[in-house]
Order: sequence, then structure tokens, then C-alpha cells
Amino acid sequence: MNWYQFLAENRGEVFERLLEHIGLVGASMGIALLVGLPLGIALVRRARLQRWVIGAANVVQTIPSLALFGFLIPVPWIGGVGASTAIVALALYALLPVLRNTVTGIAEVDPAVVESARGMGMTSWQVLWQVQLPLAAPVMLAGVRVATAMCIGITTIAAAIGAGGLGVFIFRGLAMVNNQVILAGAIPAALLAIVADSGLGYFQRSTARR
Amino acid sequence: MSTLSDGIQDGYALEFRETTYRLPSGVPLLTGLNLRVARGETLVLLGRSGSGKTTTLKLINRLLEPSGGEILIAGRPIASWDPIQLRRGIGYVIQDAGLFPHWTVERNVGLVPRLEKWPQEKIKARVSEMLTLVGLPPVEFAQRRPAGLSGGQRQRVGVARALAADPPILLMDEPFAALDPITRADLQREFHALAQRLQKTIVFVTHDVREALFVGTRIALLEQGRLVGVYAPAEFLKATEPEIHAFATSLEFDGTQEGAR
Repeated sequence: MNWYQFLAENRGEVFERLLEHIGLVGASMGIALLVGLPLGIALVRRARLQRWVIGAANVVQTIPSLALFGFLIPVPWIGGVGASTAIVALALYALLPVLRNTVTGIAEVDPAVVESARGMGMTSWQVLWQVQLPLAAPVMLAGVRVATAMCIGITTIAAAIGAGGLGVFIFRGLAMVNNQVILAGAIPAALLAIVADSGLGYFQRSTARR
Repeated sequence: MSTLSDGIQDGYALEFRETTYRLPSGVPLLTGLNLRVARGETLVLLGRSGSGKTTTLKLINRLLEPSGGEILIAGRPIASWDPIQLRRGIGYVIQDAGLFPHWTVERNVGLVPRLEKWPQEKIKARVSEMLTLVGLPPVEFAQRRPAGLSGGQRQRVGVARALAADPPILLMDEPFAALDPITRADLQREFHALAQRLQKTIVFVTHDVREALFVGTRIALLEQGRLVGVYAPAEFLKATEPEIHAFATSLEFDGTQEGAR
């Protein structure tokens, strides 16, 4: 049986797993954005703290994903087997690109533009919302794009701790020693990544044009 | 609510009293400056790189706060103003204009009026008036972006933006330094005419002696954070101080560049 025959015959379950996958990515990206964007904005002018926080996010990136999922299982409140543990781990991975690009994007806005904005009498809040964020938006969105693509990939591994998603087919295929079943999980995941990436890419280019 | 214009009727628009600025590390950038700027004059702050001229300018709109002494506008210490309100009453033009690249020319010029919540129609009319004043026909330029303008046009927009809310004081930090010599000469000439017509109090920073002599009603020479002296353009070249001599001789071979280095 070919992978596409498998997909066709199990389209109900595949669709369900795809929605689970999107849900996991959506929830973890949501957390990463809610934490990463304000944190990044707050860190722009705090050089020392910025080094520590980005350093910590960097360390998280180096932990293999399977190990991080495993580490989180015994942690009270967030741990255990299932989706919530996976979402926390995925959000931790997505945090670094979001955070780093927010900080870099804002820091790279032409200082002359920011200074003239302040010198003309804009409040710090107005400078942030009307000048810094719009000009940093393309760089910030590039970070969101990287984080999303990465998150879609790592989510396949979340199936190992019972979080569901398209990874379920990959692990089932591994257990069955059946490459076609593995492909039935891997190919939709890859397509999802491509679709999300090009969608965000389009959005990114439209902010750059503004 | 009182505005900057109310106070500046006669006498000195701006006064520095023993003003000092030190970096957090303790390095002094400006030491004991005493200087008065009369209403309607164009005072040039002339000096080499690092002489404290830009520091002096940023102390006026409180982008920097003095480490000692005080600054008065219309006899009132600026420390008593809300910095945001103070800045909206002071036009500010910097070297690369500092225009917002994501905004149209119209929106850039209308910045302070919009911050001050003028009605839309009044802003639009004022923007057109300002663009015409600096020689950029609004029909042609209002909807363009800064990236689509030449250096000289951007600087004109910068001047229009600074003048839009009709501030009594205008600060200009090497506004024409990045332009080619011909464009620069054009803008200096137009600016000079504009300054005489508008009767604004202008503090103009430059390292270019020729520019200082041309646009200034008086020239304040700064050297290593200290005021050497204040001179009328005619006196400047006759003055005997060695610092001035260095600047004056620079004119003989190349007055348009930083010959004094």
C-alpha cells in the first residue's frame, strides 16, 4: 500500500490528526507570541538582562526535542503525558526566534529616525507603536515565520508523549516498519509547513512594502 | 495652557546658565556654558567633531538633561516643562532629516499637528502650505515616500516638518552636511531667506565655517566642550584667538569641507 492510498483510506483520521497538529502549533505559537513579543520589546533597552534571557532561550534550543518532552513529563502542573506538556515544550522552542527577532528588529531601526521622533515630541509609547514596531515588523515576522516552520516540524515528535498530531502516523510507521505509513504523517506535515511559511512570507512582504 | 510662543515676546528666547553635561562615566562633553540667544536670531554653534555642539542642541529639547546649571526659554527654566510639550514647541531638523520611511511626505510633515490633535482639514492645509514654503509642490510630493526623494528634497521635507506646528524655536543639527555642494548651497540660500522672513529663533549646528558665516547672525565657537566666544560674522574672521584662526585659515584652501581637522 502506498502512502497516498493510506491517506485516502484513512482520510478521517488523517484530517483529525492534521487538526490536532494545527491546534498544537497554534497554541504553542500563541504562547510564544504572547510572551516573546512583549518580552522582546521590554528587553530592547536592557542590554544585560537581554543577554541572559536570550542566552537561556538559546540553551533551550540546544536541548533535543524528544529529551525536552521527556524532561517536562514529571514537572507538576504543566507536565504529564499529553498535549499540555507538548505545548509548553513547543512554546519554549518557538520563543527564541520570536524574542531574538523582536529585539534585533527594534534595535536595528535607524537611530536617527527614533531620535527625530522623540525630538518632535512623541511619547515613548507613540514612538514604539507608530515608529519602532512598524519599522521592525518585517524582521519580527521573519522570526515568527522561522518559529512556525520549526514548530510544525517538532510537533511531529510530540506524538511520542501522547499529544497526538501527524506524528502519530510517523511513530506508528516506525513501529510497523512501514515507510508508507511514516510518509503518510511526514508529507502532510511538510505540506503544512510550506503552506504556513508561504502565507506568513506573503504577510511579511506586505508589511515591508508599507 | 501656556505655550512657548506666549513667553517669547521680547528679550532672550533662550539662555544657558553655567550649563554642564557629563556622560554617566563622568567625561564632560559641555562645561559651564553661558550663552544667550535673542529672539529671531540665527545663532550658529560652530566647532569640530566632539566640541559639544550637538550636546548643546539636545540639551535644549531635553533629549539630554544637564548635569549642572540650567537652561531657560523665555525666562522660564525648561526643567519645569513637560518634555513632550516642550519638544512640540521646538522644531528639530537633523542631518539625514530623520523622516519616517514608512510614512508619506504628507504624514511626515503633519506629524506634530497630528500629535497636537489639530482637525484633519487644518492639518492638510498646513502641510500643503509648508511643502509650498520649502519649494516642493504638494500635488507632486505629498503622497511620495522619503525613499523616493533626493537628499535635498528629504531635507526640505525635514524643514517643513519642523515648521509645521509653527514653533517659536528651531533647532538644526548639521541639516545640510550630507548634501552635495551645489544642493547644499541652494538650501543654505533658501534657508537664509526663510529664516529672515519667518523670524524664528534658530540654533544651527555646523562644522562648516562658510555655512556658519552665511546663515548665522552670530557665531558661537565651541572647543572641547567650552565656549571660546560669540562673534558677529564680520568680527569672526578678524578675531585673534588661535581656535578661530584655525577655522579661518581652513577657509583659504577649502571652506566647504572639514578643513579644520
